[in-house]
Amino acid sequence: MLSILTVAVAKDGAINKAGLEALGAASRVRELVCAKISTVVLGADVAEASDQLIASGTGTVFVAEDPQLAEYQAELYLQCVAAAVRQAEATLVLLVADDLGRDLAPRLAHRLDAGSVTEITEMGADNGQLRWVRPVYGGKAHAVLVGRSAVLVNTLRPRTFAPPALQEGQQGAVHRLALALDPATAATRLLEKLQEATVGIRLEDARVIVAGGRGIGGAEGFAELKKLAELLGGTVGASRAAADAGWMPVSVQVGQTGKMVAPDLYVAVGISGASQHLAGISNAKTVVAINNDPDAPIFRRADVGIVVDWRSVLPHLTEQARELVSR
Amino acid sequence: MKIVVCLKQTLDPEMAPSEFKIDSATKRPVQGNTKLVVDSYAENGLELAVQLRERYGGSITALVVGDKSAEGALRRALALTVDYAVRVWEDSWSDLDAHTVAHILACSVTKIGGADIVLCGRQAADIERGLVGSMLAEELEYACASLVATATVHDNSLQVLREGDTAMIRLECKLPAVLTVTSHETSIPRLPKVKDTMLAMRKPIELLGAADVAVNSDRLAPRVELVDLYIPATGGECELVEGEEPAAQATDLLQRLRERKVI
Repeated sequence: MLSILTVAVAKDGAINKAGLEALGAASRVRELVCAKISTVVLGADVAEASDQLIASGTGTVFVAEDPQLAEYQAELYLQCVAAAVRQAEATLVLLVADDLGRDLAPRLAHRLDAGSVTEITEMGADNGQLRWVRPVYGGKAHAVLVGRSAVLVNTLRPRTFAPPALQEGQQGAVHRLALALDPATAATRLLEKLQEATVGIRLEDARVIVAGGRGIGGAEGFAELKKLAELLGGTVGASRAAADAGWMPVSVQVGQTGKMVAPDLYVAVGISGASQHLAGISNAKTVVAINNDPDAPIFRRADVGIVVDWRSVLPHLTEQARELVSR
Repeated sequence: MKIVVCLKQTLDPEMAPSEFKIDSATKRPVQGNTKLVVDSYAENGLELAVQLRERYGGSITALVVGDKSAEGALRRALALTVDYAVRVWEDSWSDLDAHTVAHILACSVTKIGGADIVLCGRQAADIERGLVGSMLAEELEYACASLVATATVHDNSLQVLREGDTAMIRLECKLPAVLTVTSHETSIPRLPKVKDTMLAMRKPIELLGAADVAVNSDRLAPRVELVDLYIPATGGECELVEGEEPAAQATDLLQRLRERKVI
């Protein structure tokens, strides 16, 4: 039987969303092959977080609780997760490819001599052999991979696997990991977190994104997009061309070299749809394209399109969206 | 300051999706008329390497694991005035996974006497694994910082700016270190000078084989195997909103979005 270990972080007594997404993916694996699920949860104050994990479907929780784990530190977190892998006799480690997972997974894989498939978006099984699917070449192709090592350390594309529904009355075991964390082993030290200038909804978490590209022509146009985005409960994004032109900050750039987003609705306004941009929206559910060039590649990715100069249609969209919201 | 920058050549990621084809036998993309370019994050790493040398002096070695076609990346690096260019390859190598590439790179860095800072792209622009740089740090037993935008040297350590999900993070990082570099407004690759590009054509590229860098052949077996590569269905045709009247187009669009339950 496969032994899955997922990685979660507790902050202020609650589990991070990535930790729950990893459990969602683990449940998906268990639909495909026979498996048991454990979770290692790290933090300075784990408190009732274990209960939340058990209600989310994990069978065993390994608690790594220490003031030194309040913020991510690679060597200390690696030590804890590796200890949990040993105790759980895990053969598959699952974690989300956020800033923690991208840093931790390759190093953990190396320490365990484990294969690693990163940014998984789908999975399947063939005669009991798990097959992992991930976008490659900027989303132009999907690769299917299988593990050839005793242990795999795999990461999941953020916002791809839904957190499991909470179930009351689930049973699970809780083990505290005996930790002897030595701060001298830490090769990096957190000095400060700099807050980004963007306020409001994070692009990666946004349910609706209205994004503009080169066709917007200037910063003023983005103010118009922002109105529509806010009415729809979302936020504004930009293509690389718009960010390079200085119309919007790089922090809201969507694409392979910017943010990878997964909204329910992505409205691309004046964006031609370069493949590196499309790579960033490969997980968007519904894509709307508004562009005056009918040959723009964005129309091949879009679900709904209008071939029109955005300037003529946007005021109407904003006005009618306002009416919808006020109803 | 001894700096090593690890490079890679990839298919031009800006190639049109319509030109992207897969060879069903090898399960690899067909290069066709598409040119190979220096991997974009590796270019950010190269830019950071040049900036570090400008500020702190020292030398830069550009390193690739790859066949002859990978030399384009080294010529680019030489045009940006790196001091040494090294290519490591054996014709018997194929299907190298991330562990193996990290092992070969680590052997190569050791062979040239180690480094203070090793720079890699955060992930390759083609297969986007994002594994090799961090695994290289483990192989070398160097400190590691990933998703790095900028780096400065303070006393005997580095201060790096790391791209977090919600905020930029300032980290202190011991030396020697491997940094995986992300794109950032401070690491936009500069263009080489014409004169340097000309000179780069005549500069030597050192070629090393498995025995030269003492690769452990037990480490060459892949831990992950690619069993299929396919072009995903695009999910149907785009519905076009017809009509000429913008107000009616807006109404039509919003109606469709409500039917899809996304607003």
